[in-house]
Amino acid sequence: MKDVYKIREDFPILKKKINDTDLVYFDNAATSQTPKQVIQKIVDYYEQYNSNIHRGLHSLSADATNQYELSRKIIQKHFGIKNNHEVIFTSGTTHGINIVSSGLESQINSSDELIVSEMEHHSNIVPWQILCEKTDAKLKVIPINKEGSLDIDTFKTMLNKNVKFVFINHVSNSLGTINPIEEIIELAHKNNSKVLLDGAQGAAHFKINLSEINVDYYVASAHKLCGPTGVGFLYGKSELLEALPPYQGGGEMISSVTFEKTEYADLPYKFEAGTPNISGVIGFGAAIDYMNDIGFDNIESYEQELLKYATDRLKEIPGIKIYGNAVNKICIISFNLSSHHPSDIGSILDQFGIAVRTGQHCTQPVMDYYNIPGTVRVSLSFYNTKSEIDLFIDALEKTSNMLG
Amino acid sequence: MNVENIESIQQEIINEFDFFDEWSEKYQYLIDLGKNLPTFNEINRVNENIVKGCQSNVWLHAEIIDDKIFYTADSDAIISKGIISILISVFSGQKPEDIITAKIDFIDKIGLSNHLSLTRANGLLAMVKQIKIYAMAYGSKK
Repeated sequence: MKDVYKIREDFPILKKKINDTDLVYFDNAATSQTPKQVIQKIVDYYEQYNSNIHRGLHSLSADATNQYELSRKIIQKHFGIKNNHEVIFTSGTTHGINIVSSGLESQINSSDELIVSEMEHHSNIVPWQILCEKTDAKLKVIPINKEGSLDIDTFKTMLNKNVKFVFINHVSNSLGTINPIEEIIELAHKNNSKVLLDGAQGAAHFKINLSEINVDYYVASAHKLCGPTGVGFLYGKSELLEALPPYQGGGEMISSVTFEKTEYADLPYKFEAGTPNISGVIGFGAAIDYMNDIGFDNIESYEQELLKYATDRLKEIPGIKIYGNAVNKICIISFNLSSHHPSDIGSILDQFGIAVRTGQHCTQPVMDYYNIPGTVRVSLSFYNTKSEIDLFIDALEKTSNMLG
Repeated sequence: MNVENIESIQQEIINEFDFFDEWSEKYQYLIDLGKNLPTFNEINRVNENIVKGCQSNVWLHAEIIDDKIFYTADSDAIISKGIISILISVFSGQKPEDIITAKIDFIDKIGLSNHLSLTRANGLLAMVKQIKIYAMAYGSKK
């Protein structure tokens, strides 16, 4: 990989000081930082061709439309998607899940079963609970084990002819576990069940080819992979997206409107009602380009090195308990220190300039499983360094002394 | 029992925090206050006493004795307990009407609002609000 200190120069925010000390940003799983290449792309849009897309005949609109559609092509290529129209721009992962969950209402009935896992983010639980409330379908849960992995043997026993869907994350946001999605998809497909994969945490850390893994739906957010907030995408196989009704009505998503009948536009526009987040979508494309320039293979191996270093150093501290010890995991470390409340640790670390996340991480079932109020979560990225990990460990030791 | 008025107690707290130059000293002081908070009566650890809006669990109980309100509280986080301890020293033993009308300015003046992250600062406001709600409830019963 390119020298990490050279990479860091791309991120203006990493020069920030908190309480007169250097910022150490270890909350990348919540949102990643944005390189100046992406920021500049957004600035260029507003300075040079800000206009509405698809409708205008003038040059600015043509430029904006071209750049917007270029992002769709970048995402299509990066994620190994067969057809360009299978990429639907959304406001993020949650929006993508809700397009599917609300659209499935007419396809689900009271004898159906839907499967989620115990390690899902609330955004991949609540929309399905709402769907079950509306349809009387049953929501079943794949349990996790102590090391923070899915219990695949139990999953196999859960599959029966009533199971219509499996909703699963690629990577757990609170444990870092990488799930065996190829196996899950194969098992589900043999059972004639469709699979929606929540890629919010996986997409930033390794490359994935959606055609190869043959997943039915996939969702992700730009802001987790160096892009802007408020934008993401939904992938779905053409025939599945065509079978879903529109999520919102409005402009852009129609082909003709009369008071007698409105014809909906074809994919992808059927799901992109109203003026979209144009600058966000353009920034999203630039972010994918940026990360591919660094190289996902490089990112993956460097982040694994950081994970090992941080885990080893954390284990030096007496009283540390790490939650999530799967063999395959990304650079997320959830932990508690002695009996201290995670919010106490997080507040004091913040004073040392260390940004971590504390709490339940929108995964209350995981916290309930371990019977803890929450954890401190360190989530690393390819622009973090071992010396930042040293600063963090030093600050954590001081925090531990303060709390006594 | 002769309790000072809310305003002079606030001033004492401000004076106390003025001694500290470093954020770490302020935090250490809060942690020590938290550790010394009197034990909370388990009977009062009920859902109705939970203060909403805090990242950690905070329980706040109030009772009236001879026209004055006495607060007890607890939290599972030590810094929250430290903040609670300060709030109790300001409000506990005061009359409902004094609590309701009290102007709370010590939080800004002790320089903690710069350091308490927003979620915790919101939690602090939620605690003050709950203290005043109890005072209003008891005040209206009189």
